[in-house]
Amino acid sequence: MSVDPDAVNHINVKIFLAPGATCELDHAIPVFHRWIKDNLCPEMMIDVADYQHVPAGPGVMLIGHEANYSLDNRENRLGLLYNRKAALDGTFASRIQQAHEAALSACDRLEAEDLFRGKLKFDRDKIEVAVNDRLLAPNSDDTWDALKSGIEERFPGYALKRVGEPRDLFRVSITRE
Amino acid sequence: MKASNTQWKARLGDRVPDNLAAELDVFEHEIALKKQGKIEDRVFAETRLRRGAYGQRYDNGQRSDGTTTRTLNYPSTNTKGPNTLWDAPGMQRIKIPFGGLNATQLETLADLAEEYSDSIAHITTRQDVQLHYVHIEDTPALMRRLASVGITTREACGNSVRNVTACPIAGVCREQTFDVTPYAKAITYFMLGHPDAQSFGRKFKIAFSGCKENACALVRLHDFGAIAATREVDGKTKRGFELWVGGGLGPVPQQARLYDEFVPEEEILPIAQAIARVFARLGEKKNRNTARLKFLVSKLGIDEFKKLVMAEREILPHDPRWTDYLKDVPHYKEEPLKAASLLQIGAAKPEGFDKWHANNVYRQRQEGYATVTIALPLGDITSTQLRTVADIARKYVKETIRSTVEQNLVLRWVSEGDLPALYNELKASELATAVAGTIVDVASCPGTDTCKLGIASSRGLAGELRMRLASKNAELDEAIGGLRIKISGCFNSCGQHHVADLGFYGVSRNKNGYTVPHFQVLLGGEWTNNAGAYGLAIGAVPSKKIPETVDRITGRYRSERQQGETFQAFVKRIGKAECKKMLDEFTAVPTHDEDASYYSDWGDPREFSLGDIGVGECAGEVVFPIEFELVACEREAFEAQLQLDAGNIDKASKMAYEAMLHGAQALLKFKFLIAPEDPDKVVDEFRTQFFDTEIFFDPFVRGKFAQDFFKAHEEAGTRRTVETAHQLIEEAQLFIEACYSCHARMTAAPAKATA
Repeated sequence: MSVDPDAVNHINVKIFLAPGATCELDHAIPVFHRWIKDNLCPEMMIDVADYQHVPAGPGVMLIGHEANYSLDNRENRLGLLYNRKAALDGTFASRIQQAHEAALSACDRLEAEDLFRGKLKFDRDKIEVAVNDRLLAPNSDDTWDALKSGIEERFPGYALKRVGEPRDLFRVSITRE
Repeated sequence: MKASNTQWKARLGDRVPDNLAAELDVFEHEIALKKQGKIEDRVFAETRLRRGAYGQRYDNGQRSDGTTTRTLNYPSTNTKGPNTLWDAPGMQRIKIPFGGLNATQLETLADLAEEYSDSIAHITTRQDVQLHYVHIEDTPALMRRLASVGITTREACGNSVRNVTACPIAGVCREQTFDVTPYAKAITYFMLGHPDAQSFGRKFKIAFSGCKENACALVRLHDFGAIAATREVDGKTKRGFELWVGGGLGPVPQQARLYDEFVPEEEILPIAQAIARVFARLGEKKNRNTARLKFLVSKLGIDEFKKLVMAEREILPHDPRWTDYLKDVPHYKEEPLKAASLLQIGAAKPEGFDKWHANNVYRQRQEGYATVTIALPLGDITSTQLRTVADIARKYVKETIRSTVEQNLVLRWVSEGDLPALYNELKASELATAVAGTIVDVASCPGTDTCKLGIASSRGLAGELRMRLASKNAELDEAIGGLRIKISGCFNSCGQHHVADLGFYGVSRNKNGYTVPHFQVLLGGEWTNNAGAYGLAIGAVPSKKIPETVDRITGRYRSERQQGETFQAFVKRIGKAECKKMLDEFTAVPTHDEDASYYSDWGDPREFSLGDIGVGECAGEVVFPIEFELVACEREAFEAQLQLDAGNIDKASKMAYEAMLHGAQALLKFKFLIAPEDPDKVVDEFRTQFFDTEIFFDPFVRGKFAQDFFKAHEEAGTRRTVETAHQLIEEAQLFIEACYSCHARMTAAPAKATA
């Protein structure tokens, strides 16, 4: 089945912690609750889910209607994950742009939080983009061929590498060259 | 909603069995009709529940920030049931009959958790899998993907036959009478969608156990519980089941009654069908609080119930499915992947292996094979870990995986010589925590994390206890390592707190003008003997003091137990009054200024509020005397327990009833400053002011607790048995809890709606 880039939605963008940065996941709980209370996200946020007890898991999640934000610890690599759930208008490249911008804004907000200030730092040049829809974008060469240019458009001058095994979501590691 | 939803049907094609495909088409049409406003809320709610699509916290569009209640402005104004907004995320329950899973199914669950949920699959206390934060419009695609690997969510919720549970070590157990797996499987598919099981007033739960003594299937807390039994007939060993009926937990827990010491195997399905017919015909339909089979069995008495079932059995039209499967039963067996081998560990023994082997490995009845438990924290497993378990299950066993009622997974038929290598692979994925079946392996329902009925954070408390106990290596403690802790977020008992050594369920108390999360402490429940005895509540302790309470109770057991004395025997020996004294030092709540931490729950920094489970009603200023009066009522109910333990049934019954009466008086005094003394007048006045107005109604069970009080009043002075007196005490405790909740609602600040 051929992959139509413009049919692909549900983009995930994860921005990893900078070397040496620390993040007390427990602190994310009051922070995310306040983000809900003060409407700090463009999406409608609903709940906070704490999965710190699960090793190499989704960490602490801010659950929303259109998207989830989380301090995600999958593969024991901590980072801010933006998981777009609701479909976005536009082309594949513009959807990546929207998801990436949402993730960057969340990183800015988190770094500015009192509980994290001076300790939490994201490396905005160390990113992973994934598509959370195996039917429209399996982790295959075909998907890579179809989506690579759209990702390059958003991340010019970065090194792109498809990662993961066939059962995984389509995932691309993106690092500044 | 996923962009690919509409394409899954074509993609999966004939991988979805025709019958399931047709059912899912119907469900998809029902969703479309609901969106067009052509199906009533009430009807659609039961429709989706029967597909396992359940509501979740905040699905009424309101969320408390602790001090204010905000409106969640979902895009659609449609609803998917009364007070349940269309776009609000929900929970998807997935039935796993007898917990049996294969590697492909694990991989599918992993994909679904990642794509539609939060990358976590949650194993429940009834061997199901639950996914949270799922959008209703994603459910048909999700269900099709499950159906393509042989899983149905049909009748996972709603007034139906729920997941059929069974021992996870059935077939490999050293103590079993025989393997109950083929029987559990047969009854699952016989009852699924059966016309005689579509008109229940409430759910119906079935469990199978291979032996009487162990706890693996918890038969005695089920509506229909079957324990493997054999008899010698004409020199031949005949298989059958010791059948127990009418058990259940919830607000009014009841142990199952023995229906028959031996139901021959060929009769187990027709008897189940006959019971379903009797339950459908005579079970309560209007009042869901008294609609479980346990109430019907209590009302009729087991002898009359059995008579009705046998009469029904006589007139059942013959169904070949009753016995068709039996011809395959003698040949039913799982195959190992590897040849049997013995565990031989040399100098290269992996670190931590001994502890893991001691707690997580069960030597099978088949020599050279073992069953390995993967202990999951709070029943949670990530999508990545699910794929790892699938890989391991293909590499070491023939995909013989089961979920357990202790919220874990097991791998059966591991060749013992493979254990070190298997351990290393599990450990690499952080799946080798060596705490299975110990005090650290705390079980919990979802509680306030996601359940809209939850009062306190059962998962928050479970996580905290797990962490603290693990840090002390409590699983290795010879005295307390084997105790069970089980936690429910409310009285509905999904965490099965009644059958734990230490059980807890969430309640609230008004203190110093605030609502404070508490847990009722239950001691002395019996996990073994298929949930042989239920614990009784000793008293409520602030949520934040539960860890210290656990330390105090377990510490005392460790230091004062007599040789060979079980925890149940210890609790019985020192007596409930002494147990209560242990709690007393933890019940004080400092003022908010002194220590605000008491006023929020575990893992949730918001000021504790009941605003997420019910709509507050303002009734004026806080009046403190009622709190003292309700505490006195609690004490009376507790003393009733002591009287019952001492064999004073009449006195116990009188005290339990009076505790209820005084609770009703306390509320009347709170509202009107005075209350009548004459019990008839108290009941009349309470009925008028609190029942008819629904002020007393619980958001979930509505007027049930008040009806229990009215019934206790009607029956006051009548002679009771130990069993009915025990039940009255339980009802009194819950009535008093309802008085607390009613008072909390009446004194809650009016909701300040914010957009």
